[in-house]
Amino acid sequence: MKKQLVTLALGAALGLSASAAFADTLADVQAKGYLQCGVSPSTPGFAAPDANNNWAGLDVDFCRAMAAAIFDDPQAVRFTPLTSKERFTALSSGEIDVLSRTTTWTMSRDTNLGIDFAGVTFYDGQGFMVRKDLGVSSATELSGAAICIEAGTTTELNAADYFSSTGMEYNAVVFEDQDEVVKAYDDGRCDVFTTDSSALAAERLSLANPDENMILPEIISKEPLGPSVRQGDDLWFNITRWVYFALLESEELGITQANVDDMLGSDNPGVRRVLGVEGDFGTAIGLSNDWAYKVIKHVGNYNDIYERHVGANTPVGIERAGSVNDLWTRGGLMYAPPIR
Amino acid sequence: MAKSQEQLQQTRSATSLIYDPKFRSIAFQILLLVGLVVFGWWIVNNTITNLQAQNKTTGFDFLGITSGFNIGFTLIEYDRSSTYFDVFVVGILNTLLVAVIGIILATLLGFTIGIARLSNNWIIARLATVYIEVIRNIPLLLQLFFWYFAVLKTMPAVKDSIEFVTGSVYLNNRGLYVPDPNPNDAFVWVQVAIVAVIIGGFFLHRWARIRQEQTGQRFPFVPVFIASVIVIPAIIWLLSGARIDLDYPILGRFNFAGGIQIPPEFVALLFGLVIYTAAFIAETVRAGILAVNTGQTEAAQSLGLKNSDRLNLVIIPQAMRVIVPPLTSQYLNLTKNSSLAVAIGYPDIVNVFMGTALNQSGKAVEVIFMTMMVYLTLSLFTSVIMNIYNARVALTER
Repeated sequence: MKKQLVTLALGAALGLSASAAFADTLADVQAKGYLQCGVSPSTPGFAAPDANNNWAGLDVDFCRAMAAAIFDDPQAVRFTPLTSKERFTALSSGEIDVLSRTTTWTMSRDTNLGIDFAGVTFYDGQGFMVRKDLGVSSATELSGAAICIEAGTTTELNAADYFSSTGMEYNAVVFEDQDEVVKAYDDGRCDVFTTDSSALAAERLSLANPDENMILPEIISKEPLGPSVRQGDDLWFNITRWVYFALLESEELGITQANVDDMLGSDNPGVRRVLGVEGDFGTAIGLSNDWAYKVIKHVGNYNDIYERHVGANTPVGIERAGSVNDLWTRGGLMYAPPIR
Repeated sequence: MAKSQEQLQQTRSATSLIYDPKFRSIAFQILLLVGLVVFGWWIVNNTITNLQAQNKTTGFDFLGITSGFNIGFTLIEYDRSSTYFDVFVVGILNTLLVAVIGIILATLLGFTIGIARLSNNWIIARLATVYIEVIRNIPLLLQLFFWYFAVLKTMPAVKDSIEFVTGSVYLNNRGLYVPDPNPNDAFVWVQVAIVAVIIGGFFLHRWARIRQEQTGQRFPFVPVFIASVIVIPAIIWLLSGARIDLDYPILGRFNFAGGIQIPPEFVALLFGLVIYTAAFIAETVRAGILAVNTGQTEAAQSLGLKNSDRLNLVIIPQAMRVIVPPLTSQYLNLTKNSSLAVAIGYPDIVNVFMGTALNQSGKAVEVIFMTMMVYLTLSLFTSVIMNIYNARVALTER
């Protein structure tokens, strides 16, 4: 009897075995009817609640673009605000389907964490903010300063690299949450606040006296920010990557949210392919043939998204023309392989 | 006929085996054990399989890799070229620092408040009650935020630092700066003297006890001991030429350089933990003292014992039997609660190791396992020490 029971128990355990690891994300997402998207809790311009308490920002709109491609509905997204420390665990554990959270693409993250970066939605670099009354005009004068940093970021590593390579010393004051970092800087706990320069521009506005603070000219790192997905699901990776490329390709071809319906009648074969009028580019990624049309119709092309959230006419106010974030045809780095 | 009898016997033996209490207890124990082993194996196997499926590398090799980030407050030498293992050590030491100092201060404050609550003075007793009821009923995390931002907001900026002893102690919103003592080589004799006096005091105490038991004469041990702990090393200090050079904090462009910096994060965490835990210790102490029958006090008084002797020889030894076990769990709570440091940026093990190091290395399972082991070890170690102490104060039945 004992033996039988042992066999039974072993058999049951083997039957349970290891639970399968997230094989088909697209099927899972379609089955539950919405996309679960990891964003930053509060980074104006990238992901933050707007005046109507809806999530808004460049990172948020990327998830809305994916939802539009899959469900024809940009609202079919649920957002999970994540701290820097939580984000990768949330993605690899399956809590979220895509991580679109001002996350820097680095080799160790791409190869070590079981995640894949689908592209670069914003080329950023790390900068420093100081109070004007310190009389500092360059990052090279910062030796001995106390610096407020968010935990678990590339920022933390870049600051250590920069100060050690320039032979300067600093005192790191590290917080888990970006809001606390900003508050501690505002309270005078640190001389310097460092993060990606786009976030510096955005966070400066949330300080008690924005005009008493300035951003130093030095950019000390490359921070290519982009969405990432779990490794090992090629179909889902392709969807993420080509939604991103479609945003760029449509901008290059002059398809905007405003004119997308007119463009359906275009004679340009490139435009016809993107919008699904010609060819079959949807089947291979498990979507309908007009997936890119839905993206542009609901969310817009890359320029629409950029100008809506971080462009010169927004509070964040980062000029796109002539920057690295401009299209390659205008001297920037944004370049998509052709959809054909 | 014979066959059926055999069958009958078999059934009976099977039945009796099932209903045999000895067999049953062993069988169920084995069953439980097998179940646990299988469950444990399944958990481990599942983790490994899933990590492999996520294309994650596993193992503890990452501990030897350069961490690449800085930590603001460390007790050992540490910079960006140190390894993840150094981060682990820095985290443990910072956790231990706040836990050990916190336990000592919380015990002192807790005993004071607990005794104050029993005071005959109406105001003191009521103040202690209000303290306990307010502090016990507000979540610790909120108290930590309060102390941190209260400390930060009320402190002056670096340029307007409060100067205590001219040119040596400064207080500002970056922390408290005190001179760093650098003893010279001869100072080792002073340390030897202190250790010798303490060992001597142990023997003196034994001699005093034996003499009192034999002759009834009392020896003023406590004042003699305190005086010798101060006087003897001081004489050695003067004779040996030992010297402590102070490294004073000096205001640089942004901050003070040199000296010892006690960051506000540490102060806020220590304040929060001590004040919170002391409220619970106070109640434990009050319960312990109330548990001693008033007849004991009356008996001691009728024997003509002095007030201090009555407390030291009669009340406290009996109260300690009640106090020690719950006191142990308060010590464990304080140590574990120190992990809330992450909320206010004090670099304890949860902050630097389970936070930053986990994130930068991506070794979630390994890092969390190691962190849990640290807390488990600390807690078990505290328990062992307190259990030894408890065995000493426990009622010995003769």
